[in-house]
Amino acid sequence: MNSAQPATRPAQSNVMAVSPSPASPPVPAFEASKVCVWYGTKQALFEIDLTVRKREITAIIGPSGCGKSTFLRCLNRMHELVPSARMEGKITLFGEDLYGATVDPAIVRRRVGMVFQKSNPFPTMSIGENVIAGLRLNGIRDRAFLNEQMERSLRLAALWDEVKNELHRPGVSLSGGQQQRLCIARAVAMEPEVLLMDEPCSALDPMATAKIEELMQELKKNFTIVIVTHNMQQATRCSDQTAFFYMGKLIEMDSTAKIFSNPGQKQTEDYITGRFG
Amino acid sequence: MNEISAVRARGDQHRYRKAKSTFVAGLCILCGVLVVTPLALVFGYLVIQGASSVNLDFFTQLPKPTGEVGGGMANAIVGTFTLLALASLIGVPLGIFGAVYLAEYGNSRVNWWLRFSSDILNGVPSIIWGIVIYGIMVVPMKGYSAWAGGVALGCLMVPIILRTTEEVLLLVPQSYREAALALGIAKWKVISQIVIKTARKGIITALLLAFARVAGETAPLLFTALGNSFWNRNLSQPISALPLQIFSFATSAFDDYHRQAWAGALVLVSFVFLLNITVRFLTRKGA
Repeated sequence: MNSAQPATRPAQSNVMAVSPSPASPPVPAFEASKVCVWYGTKQALFEIDLTVRKREITAIIGPSGCGKSTFLRCLNRMHELVPSARMEGKITLFGEDLYGATVDPAIVRRRVGMVFQKSNPFPTMSIGENVIAGLRLNGIRDRAFLNEQMERSLRLAALWDEVKNELHRPGVSLSGGQQQRLCIARAVAMEPEVLLMDEPCSALDPMATAKIEELMQELKKNFTIVIVTHNMQQATRCSDQTAFFYMGKLIEMDSTAKIFSNPGQKQTEDYITGRFG
Repeated sequence: MNEISAVRARGDQHRYRKAKSTFVAGLCILCGVLVVTPLALVFGYLVIQGASSVNLDFFTQLPKPTGEVGGGMANAIVGTFTLLALASLIGVPLGIFGAVYLAEYGNSRVNWWLRFSSDILNGVPSIIWGIVIYGIMVVPMKGYSAWAGGVALGCLMVPIILRTTEEVLLLVPQSYREAALALGIAKWKVISQIVIKTARKGIITALLLAFARVAGETAPLLFTALGNSFWNRNLSQPISALPLQIFSFATSAFDDYHRQAWAGALVLVSFVFLLNITVRFLTRKGA
């Protein structure tokens, strides 16, 4: 039974575990090979080969319409919500094929959490209910566990101290930055292995953005993070690896330091120096 | 002289244009008043004619036999609510599930046909429903019944609930569906726990509007529920309803029946009025 799966995981949860020593070799989390995506007859992604390392932050940058959000959505099969979308190629997460014939997209999405551009707490739920919505609607009834997970997730999202006395208030009563952290808490409550962030700060002011970026460095200890961003400073500040997409192709991927100081491709250099895009 | 300077040169016609504008605005206000007037007249007249007869007896007594003074419409009031309850057994699930299909599942071609047929059904005169249900329920079951009346009203409710609910479901932002699906929540739970809950005020509004619309229907009941001067103890038997009772009393020859028909009309209109005010109240606070 699928819905019971998350209930059993927290027992041997690795979320609270100590992060590996920096010296250990990188472990691949996602491995994408020859990923192509079409919307109807229009091809949006061309043979993307890309590896996301475990417990690192991978930034995907590129101009609007370059396919970076499409690629991100392939990582948790959210692109399937668009009826005309079609994907070819292979994506594995820790060696398991996410697109296997027997793989339920809902299971993929429990392993791969997502935070959206615009914060979207459920309007009918309180702050607390929002955090545990994923657990509850996946069939977990154990009140004590839910409460424990609510606090833990809010702490992970650096929101606990601000909301601990008003958990019953509507989620949408929070400020924009708080709402986005609430959405992060809601995603991490499922204890996913990876967190996808689709321009999570583009609607936030610099203060709230700084807070989220700080939070990402904390989350990195427990989660693998892939972030799509328009903001190159943000990619520089917080990511370990950067991938540059242009017109549906992966132009270049390397360590963030390398990409922003000494890119291998002319197009990358033009983009990061602001010559286009 | 180009067009713009030609327009500028007409400045001397300012007073004429202002008069035209005032005339059109006046016409609009007049039409607005004309729209509201009948409602005020009808309601006012009902109050004048019926208010004095709306008393405790009206709500607690059965109609008296012809020629006797007094009595009430208790059975018709209960009958109307019974019929509405039976109608919602058909109208609410079909309407809401149909709307969920339209808004959440259907492909565009099937949806086009569904919406098209639903709009046609919405335009079918209610007496046609009465005749259809007479043919498929009353004749085979060899008798008028509350069931048949409920089915007739339920059929009337389906397209109203369907289209209104579909609209409020489509108003729920896609981002909530995405957020829920990204948490690995099954689609039916996303719909039942997130989408429908977010839209619940709008859905309740749709239901109330449908109730208000069918509560006063008479024609479909004439061939199905028939009417009854006594309490309905068995849903397989004819049942009374306010519009039926009003119809039968108003077309009778007795003054006391006329008096009660006025009272019945006032109660029925007030009920519909109340439903609509509730709807206004719900929608004012946002969906």
